[in-house]
Amino acid sequence: MHVRKLLPALIAGIAMVAGAAQAEVKVGVTLSATGPAASLGIPEKNTFELLPTTIAGEKITWIVLDDGSDTTKAVTNTKKLIAEDKVDVVVGSTITPNSLAMVDVVADAETPMISMAASARIVNPANPKTKWVFKTPQSDALMADAIAVNMKANGVKTMGYIGFADGYGDGWLAEIKQSAKTAGINIVAEEKYNRTDSSVTGQVLKLVTAKPDAILIAAAGTPGATPQKELVARGYKGRIYQTHGVANPDFLRVVGKDGDGTILPIGPMLVYEQLPDSNPLKKTAAEYIGKYEAKYGPGSRTTFGGHAWDAYLLLQAAIPEALKKAKPGTKEFRAALRDALESGKEVVATHGVYQMSPQDHNGLDNRARTMIKIDNGKWVLVK
Amino acid sequence: MDFSIFALLTQDGITNGAIYALLALALVLVFAVTRVIWIPSGEFVAYGTLTLAGLQLGRPPGTIGLLIGMAVVAGAMEVYGCARRGDARQILRQLLVWTGIPLAIAGAAWWLATPSLPFWAQILVALALVTVLGPLHYRIAYQPLAEASVLVLLIVSVAVHFALTGLGLWFFGAEGSRTPAFSSETFQVGEIIVSVQGLFVVFTSIALIAALYLFFGRTLFGKALRATALNRVGARLCGVSPNLAGALTFTLAALLCAFSGVLIGPITTVYYDSGFLVSLKGFVGAIIGGLVSYPLAAAGALLVGLLEAFASYWASAFKEVIVFTLIIPVLLWRSLTSHHHEEDE
Repeated sequence: MHVRKLLPALIAGIAMVAGAAQAEVKVGVTLSATGPAASLGIPEKNTFELLPTTIAGEKITWIVLDDGSDTTKAVTNTKKLIAEDKVDVVVGSTITPNSLAMVDVVADAETPMISMAASARIVNPANPKTKWVFKTPQSDALMADAIAVNMKANGVKTMGYIGFADGYGDGWLAEIKQSAKTAGINIVAEEKYNRTDSSVTGQVLKLVTAKPDAILIAAAGTPGATPQKELVARGYKGRIYQTHGVANPDFLRVVGKDGDGTILPIGPMLVYEQLPDSNPLKKTAAEYIGKYEAKYGPGSRTTFGGHAWDAYLLLQAAIPEALKKAKPGTKEFRAALRDALESGKEVVATHGVYQMSPQDHNGLDNRARTMIKIDNGKWVLVK
Repeated sequence: MDFSIFALLTQDGITNGAIYALLALALVLVFAVTRVIWIPSGEFVAYGTLTLAGLQLGRPPGTIGLLIGMAVVAGAMEVYGCARRGDARQILRQLLVWTGIPLAIAGAAWWLATPSLPFWAQILVALALVTVLGPLHYRIAYQPLAEASVLVLLIVSVAVHFALTGLGLWFFGAEGSRTPAFSSETFQVGEIIVSVQGLFVVFTSIALIAALYLFFGRTLFGKALRATALNRVGARLCGVSPNLAGALTFTLAALLCAFSGVLIGPITTVYYDSGFLVSLKGFVGAIIGGLVSYPLAAAGALLVGLLEAFASYWASAFKEVIVFTLIIPVLLWRSLTSHHHEEDE
């Protein structure tokens, strides 16, 4: 009988111990490790496997889910992370459409979110919904501006554009139109293509006949090589620009020698060895890339993994602040975490120096971009 | 648009059209003999290119792992089937056919996959590896349901397509590959610059089509397949095994698709999921041929290639829309001209 009476007490005791153990910070991650954006999502997933399990002495649990580059799945994942796992913060997703769809969910649940996708529309304009949303990658506008500035400095008067027939391409087209106008550059041809197209001959012929001084290819990953190789095959002699979306070793492998001389804007982390020692990013980038390449092989670095690591660095700075105010797993903690992310304290990360404010939930400035060119199959800093 | 651009676009259209034609033929072949609408055909194209690209890097391609896995599953299914029938003598023979031969090919490919392998041998190894996947996936996914309705087989096809795409990501990774051109030479005919690579694609396709024609007209196996296509029950009564016909059809079709993959590799970057769009375009060509006529399917595929080339010049944003809209007038025309008969299955 004694044992029977003890049982409920025992269970209650265990529950209390378990409850105490649950006082850990839970980070829910949804990313696109499969589907069309897999080449971006896989290095991000790899990066989450490198992360430490404690921040400021507090246990951190990373719950990583795959959304298959699918918007509906990203929303389901987010709902699951918030409702079932009761996470304190959501990180993700890899691509813009998914991240945009997640904004409503996290705002309703009053949970902060850090996106790893590029578009400025994820965090702008500031309103009660985007109040909860932050993002680590450079906005397309920042990068488009860098391209236009470089073109102008090199005497480019007319440019052609070829990009993905999707959100990535359309976003870039809108940004480069704006930046080109500011720089006084005329866009003489606009063409579109699909990632899996078997030929871009038609588009490239049209670009070449318009005779622009420079051509911008707006694509992500190896598909960016298709129009580039076609341009070279058709004897185009002008300057070729790519976007930061292609900056991975597979692009270099596929484009081969046809890529030489291509110029693109990039987060400085990719070429951290070539940065001057005075650059604060050099140390953080060296730490991240050192860890990443130790596990996944030399030359395996990508900028996408850097966005994931930067999300971690932002959390590493914000979580200790939030812990001072509330216990993890509570509404108050999530609000405190959001406030800490927005506090305006400088965070030196791998892609740039973040300084968030209520109006700017990206917080990057010109330190987050640098121009590089491909030289003999290697990324070289343009001085 | 001047004449040189017109010539270049035509050339591009014919080159792509020739590749779509091979796919259209494979689709018609498979549908005629087994009534399967073979959606995963595109995966075999992508596998063909990616396997060759893997061999080019001098390492065993991911296809070997897939082949071993499928051979083991197919062997196990055969053993189970024989055991249930109580047919012990057949077990060894079936195991040899379904597991032994694929494993031997996988082993040979593994052994051959070194950087010193010449280019033509790499192509042969890639073709062999991908072709064997054809009968294996037929044995695993389609043969148990061979008597089911066209709709059920179509749904199985969708499932196989998704499975193979996922496996492609697993084995080949998310990034694309290209293979080197057979020849980067060009020569000039009047004002037109002709690429040897393009000619090679067109002539290889024509040669394959001719070989198929001879196979179906002159060989016993070819005639057996034609008999099965015309009347399954009748062919069976005459001693043509439907399982053998199915496996043989899928071997041929997989070979055609793998060959398309080898041909398309130097033209564009191929990803694990590139095949679907290519096969859909082959499908549009096959639909123009009503899924029965080989010459009409090849002509339709050529039309798709040309339409695509010119659409990409004039309205690149609407290229796919234009190509796939082609199917609507074709279906209208076919439904008005052909006699309708209910499928009685």
